[in-house]
Formats: sequence, C-alpha cells, structure tokens
Amino acid sequence: MVKKLPKVDVVVVGVGWGGGIIASELTKKGLKVVGLERGAERHTEDYYMVHDELRYALRYELFQDLSKETVTFRNNEKIRALPMRQYGSFLMGDGLGGAGVHWNGQTFRFLPYDFEIRSQTVDRYGKNKIPKEMTIQDWGITYDELEPYMDKFEKMAGISGEENPLGGKRSDKYPTGPMKHSPQMDMFEKAAKKLNYHPYTAPSANLSEAYKNPDGIERAACQYCAFCERFGCEYGAKADPVVTVIPVAQKTGNFELRTHSNVRRILHKGGKATGVRYIDTTTDEEIEQPADIVVLTAYVFNNTRLLLLSGIGTPYDSSTGTGVIGKNYAYQVSQGGATGFFKNKKFNNFAGAGALGMEFDDFNGDNFDHSDLKFIHGAGIRLYQSGERPIQNNNIPRGTPTWGKEFKQNSIKYANRTLKIAAQGACMPHQHHFLDLDPTYKDNYGDPLLRMTFDFENQERELAKFMAQKCTEVMKEMGADHIDTMQELGPYNITTYQSTHNTGGVIMGDDSGTSAVNNYSQMWDMDNLFVVGASSFPHNSGFNPTGTLGGLAYRAAEGILKYHKSGGQLA
Amino acid sequence: MADENNKNEKELTEEQRMSRRRFIKNSGLAAGGLVVGGVAGGLIPWGGTKHDNKTQNAAQKETRKDYNHALMFFTQAEFKTVEAAVERIFPTDENGPGAKDLGVGYYIDHQLAGSWGFNARDYMQPPFYHGEKSQGYQGRMRRREIFRIGLKEMQNYSQSKYKKNFEDLTEDQQDKVLKDFEGDKVNLTTISPSGFFDMLRSSVLEGAYSDPLYGGNKDMAGWSMREYPGDQMGYTNIIDKDFQKIKPQSLQDHM
Repeated sequence: MVKKLPKVDVVVVGVGWGGGIIASELTKKGLKVVGLERGAERHTEDYYMVHDELRYALRYELFQDLSKETVTFRNNEKIRALPMRQYGSFLMGDGLGGAGVHWNGQTFRFLPYDFEIRSQTVDRYGKNKIPKEMTIQDWGITYDELEPYMDKFEKMAGISGEENPLGGKRSDKYPTGPMKHSPQMDMFEKAAKKLNYHPYTAPSANLSEAYKNPDGIERAACQYCAFCERFGCEYGAKADPVVTVIPVAQKTGNFELRTHSNVRRILHKGGKATGVRYIDTTTDEEIEQPADIVVLTAYVFNNTRLLLLSGIGTPYDSSTGTGVIGKNYAYQVSQGGATGFFKNKKFNNFAGAGALGMEFDDFNGDNFDHSDLKFIHGAGIRLYQSGERPIQNNNIPRGTPTWGKEFKQNSIKYANRTLKIAAQGACMPHQHHFLDLDPTYKDNYGDPLLRMTFDFENQERELAKFMAQKCTEVMKEMGADHIDTMQELGPYNITTYQSTHNTGGVIMGDDSGTSAVNNYSQMWDMDNLFVVGASSFPHNSGFNPTGTLGGLAYRAAEGILKYHKSGGQLA
Repeated sequence: MADENNKNEKELTEEQRMSRRRFIKNSGLAAGGLVVGGVAGGLIPWGGTKHDNKTQNAAQKETRKDYNHALMFFTQAEFKTVEAAVERIFPTDENGPGAKDLGVGYYIDHQLAGSWGFNARDYMQPPFYHGEKSQGYQGRMRRREIFRIGLKEMQNYSQSKYKKNFEDLTEDQQDKVLKDFEGDKVNLTTISPSGFFDMLRSSVLEGAYSDPLYGGNKDMAGWSMREYPGDQMGYTNIIDKDFQKIKPQSLQDHM
C-alpha cells in the first residue's frame, strides 16, 4: 500500500548541485519544495578523518553502493552488456551534495563554439567535415544567453580565477583572485608562453581567499591539503552544495529535505507529471509525493533511467537515430597526455588542491584550424597539482618493471620528480553511443539497470594523439629528462579511472524532434517536468562540466518560477 | 649465593628497564610506541655486554609489541606464502623496509576479513557471463576466495616446478613463479592467474602506503621512504615554494 502525502509546489529528485540550486532559488521566492535524496545527510564535520587515501579514494567511501545499483556496459551493440561490478572509469556520487561533494572544483565555462557546434563547424569547414554518424547539434542556447547564469553560479560558489584569454566574453571578473602558483605551474606557464600559447590560472572552486557570497554564505580559504577529488573538504573551502545552496534553501523554511528517499518512478497523467513515487530506504515503505512541478536533478544516469522507467518521452532508437531519451551519451577523452621525469628537480607533489593548475585553450573548441585534421573540437591542455597520493601515484618510466626491486627504486625516486601535462579532450556524440534499459540486470528493487553503449571512435583517437604531441612539446620545453607520451587511445575501457564527466541522455535543443528538453531544461513532452544536469549536454566539451551545468541549473530555476506563474512551454 | 645473585640481577634489570623508559620518555625518542633506533638509539648509555643487550632487546620487544599484528583471515601457512610474495613485489632495499617489514601481510589479512574481502559494495548479482576485457571483472568469486585459491595455486605451481613451497624457493625462483602468474602462464580453471597477481600487487601498494591505522605502512616508513608527509592539515605555507621535506604524520596524530 503506497502512502500518499499532501501535495507540494515542487519536488526535486536528487539533492546535489542541480537540486541544491533549484531548491535555493525556488524557496527564496516562497515556493514549497521537497528534496528527495536517496543517500544520507553529510556535513563538513564528517571529514575530520578525511585524509585517508585508502578509505575515500580506493574504497569509495562517498560513492554509490554498487551492490545495490550500477550500470551495464558494452562497447557496441554486437556484444552483450555486462554490469560494471566494481568502480573504474567514473565514480557516481551518493548522499547529500552528490558528486558535488567529491569533485576537484575545476570550474570552467564551455566556449561559444560549443553551444553552436554544428552550425559553426558547417560554416567554417562545410557539411562534409562532420562524419555521418556524428550526431552533434546546436544546444538551442548561445553562450551569450547563458553567460549571466554562469556568472551567477561562479559568484555563488566563489570561483577563484583569472580570465581565459581565449574564452567567451565575461560580464564580470571572477569573484575571488586566482589560486597561488606552485613552481611547477610557473614552469608550465613559462614554457607555454614561450611556445606562443595563452596559459591562465585555472578557475577553482577551492577558494583562494575567504569569501562571502551574495546569499550571505561565508567560507574559509583553501589550505592546499591535497585531498579534493574523491574526498569531502574539511574546511568547507571547496564549494559544494552542502556548504552553499542547501543551507540557503533550508533557512527559508520552505525546503523539506528527505534523505534515504530513493525515487523509483515519476508519476504522470494526461501529459502532466503528478508527482513521484519513492522508497524510504530505512523502512522499505513506498511513498507517493504529489507535486505541481517535478524536477529531476539526479546524475546523468538516473535522470535518463527515471524517464525510461516512467515511460516519459520517446526512447532513442539507435538504428534509425530517432527518439530522444538516451540519445547522445558522451564522455571525456582524458588520456592524451605526457608524463615528464626530472632527474635533478624535486617538487612538492604531495601538496596541492583539486583545482590548482594552469591551462591553455589554444587547442580547445575551434580555437585552431581543423581543416587538415581528422577531428573537430579539441582539448584543454593543462598541468594540475591536485596532490599525488602514494597508493594511486607510482610514476615510473614506461617499459620499466611494475614490481620488484627496480620498480620500488623508480617509484620512490620519481615520487616527487614527476610532472604530468594532460589534455582534457572533448567527446563527440555518435549515432551508436546511447543509454537505454538493460534487458537482463536489475537493481536491488528489481528495476532494470541503465545500459551504456559507448566506445571511442576515430574522432577521439585522432584528437588524443594530436593532443599528446602538444603536451609533449610543452613538457620538453619545461626541461624534463625523460618524457612518456600516450601513443594510441585504445578502446574505451570501464575498468580504468578516466573522468566522472558523463554527459547526455536527456539533451537540450531547439526542436522537440531532436532533443528532450528546451533551453530552460523543461521537457518538450511534459511542461511541468524539468530535467537538470549534464544529462542535457548534447556533446561534451574539452572542459570540466560543472560551470556550464551550474549556469543551466540557474536558468532552469528561472524557468520553473516562470512556469509556476504562467504555465506553458517556455521556449 | 646463586639465588642472591639472581635476585640482584633481577633488581638491576628492573632498574635498568625503568631508567631506560625514563630516558626515552624524557628525551622524546619514543614515537607512537616505537623506540627510535639508529643514531638516536646509540645514545642510550648502556649495553656492550651480551647480557645487557639481551635485557634491552626484551624491553624493546615489550615496547614494540603490535597488537594489530595477528591474523583474522589467513592460516599461518598462507601467511608465510603471502609474506614471501609481497616482499618480492616490494623488497627491502637501500631505500628502506620492504613489504614484509611494513606489515603488508597483516594489512592484506585484515582487508580480506572485512567488507573488501566480501566485495560488499560491488555488484555481485547473476547472471555471470564471460565478458570483454573492457567490461571488467565478471566472476562470481569474492576477493577472499580468489586470494585463498591463488595462494594455494602458487604453492601447487612451486611444488610442481621446484618441488618446494613458495616461501622456500630462492628469490629468483619466487620471481619466476610470480611472473608466470602475472603473464597468465599458469593454467588454472578456477581463477585468472593475472587477475590474482594484479590484486596482490595493488594490495601491496595499499599496504605499503595507506595510513598505518590499517596495519601496514609500519611507523609510516612507507611514506618516509618516498618523502610523502602523510596526513598534514595543509600546505598553504609551502605550496609556492621549492621542494620541502616534511616529517610525516598519520591520522593517529589527529586523535
């Protein structure tokens, strides 16, 4: 017997960055919002013992419990998808704040090119530049339209940075100054400048200085302790939803947070969402929460899965390229890079911050000529100092033994004598890369798992190879004695950590035939259902997604307020 | 007479022990239950005769007793094999202790006894199919079962190849056995030899470099070797400076 609760204005599914931003903006305007979070509550005080690489980085303390729910994966439609039984390629968040708690804090904006990728590529190179199966499309919004919302996100989070000389136009500077520079960052900057590139201090959600945001939230400066990604911040210096937007929502008195509440279905009738059905995971009781407006703010995978499970929208069909739910799943091409070994130079590799680094975007987006290249888009080329923790970072020259006496000597010798330059590559969508429901494997409630069909294509292989060469040139200029360069990007492999930048599945656009949501993240097929997150990205850029995602969330909040007032399609 | 002597000796020993403890305490040479050896240890103004050394060792042993170092999962025989194998993967050298002295064997034992050994947070639902390499581990067996079978198969392989237990082989022979597992040269039907080797290798690194609270990285010696400072509150003061050597701290220092 399902327990039915009184109706509220808005129910938000998943309380991370998306859910937190929506909840804070709506409750400030007096709407009654219920936030359903499947995981537990979390606080800064929980992280007193956080400097524990084994517990947090290798035993995945903050991540989704895969024994209950995972995804299945296959490289292509010809093979059987099998469950991701253990963590590897990406790490799914869980609990209050979601993946916004364990991120590094690297907060970029996508380029103007990204939002109009198809039309600009065709304009510059002609139609034939885009391979037949590459399903890139314009986003239905321009950079300039999204700019004020990204600015709002950056001010809320207190992003520390300096202007990207090759980025889109900014209406204002970053709210806090750039992070400190370590000697290796200075070396990278000098080398990049010598090669006529345009390096800048990477924008960071690890605060460079104490900061009070427009909501009145005060946070302390980053201590460069080197425990960001996979960890929570014990200083509250790293912007995360728990220390920024969630308390703002709670202070209004209009926000009710329910943890341990796992949403299984979006309820709908006559083309309108009526609420959600969820399970109280502490009692297994089934509960119905009616609402005027439903907002999906889970991770990419559950945003897509909940729509498919609830029978909302047309599922994507890869054989015809029609339908939209599950379309354009994309990822990140992170392997193209170079590792430099220095015989006579030592660095404080153990120190750092998740977003402490330098980058240049001379080879990102369409900032360079692709006429003679076998790929479009590009990568941010970057040197980061996030902290080399000793279990996961044992840098040895390629081809030397991976265990035994020589391994021990090399890994100890190079622990503080290695620097890495990485290319964070864009990933283009493809007709045969998509998300749907797995026919075989189930979660702990008996619902089908989400199935991912994905591989790297020629586009990604060419991009990675090109970028690895560029990284190597910079590393050479920095004076490394030995450099290992990525040679070939192999097939996509779900066992090796690469990036938690999964995108697509519920993409945005200006046409209901080719996209699932409009540029307010409102479903074309259901006016009172909004789906917010990187699930709405039609492709993934050569940048970390959160700055752009945050902007889209603020825009969605504005749209929801409009819809609450006057209803109807917003775009 | 003999009794009298013995009594005096006992008293003397007790006194020596007491004064030694006091010395260590006052000089600040004891860190986390460990008596510092090396140059500092040489400052202790007694010793020299065989008898004195013995009492000193006894006292030292008492102080150094590590209650964490007992077994939760392995049999003693398995433990011997584990200690021999991990030492080959991460041997003692001029940099410092190897896996055995770092307590890596105990670390692995304790991990296998807990949730990691049971794959408690992994998706273990059927059906089980053989997959592509890119799809990751698809077996039904849990880590503790794989470890137990892997160790047994290492013994079988050592016996069939050299007629000896793994721990009794020469270092070169041990390396050969490990290499054959690493390269899937061993024919097994139950587990993947290379899968077992990879698990063994990664748990050696975990045991050498995780916080000492887990039973390995004894006295933070793993961290010291690679000049990793362990758990520091922050590095604001040095982040913009050249390399700095910092004395390691562990989570225990936060208690």
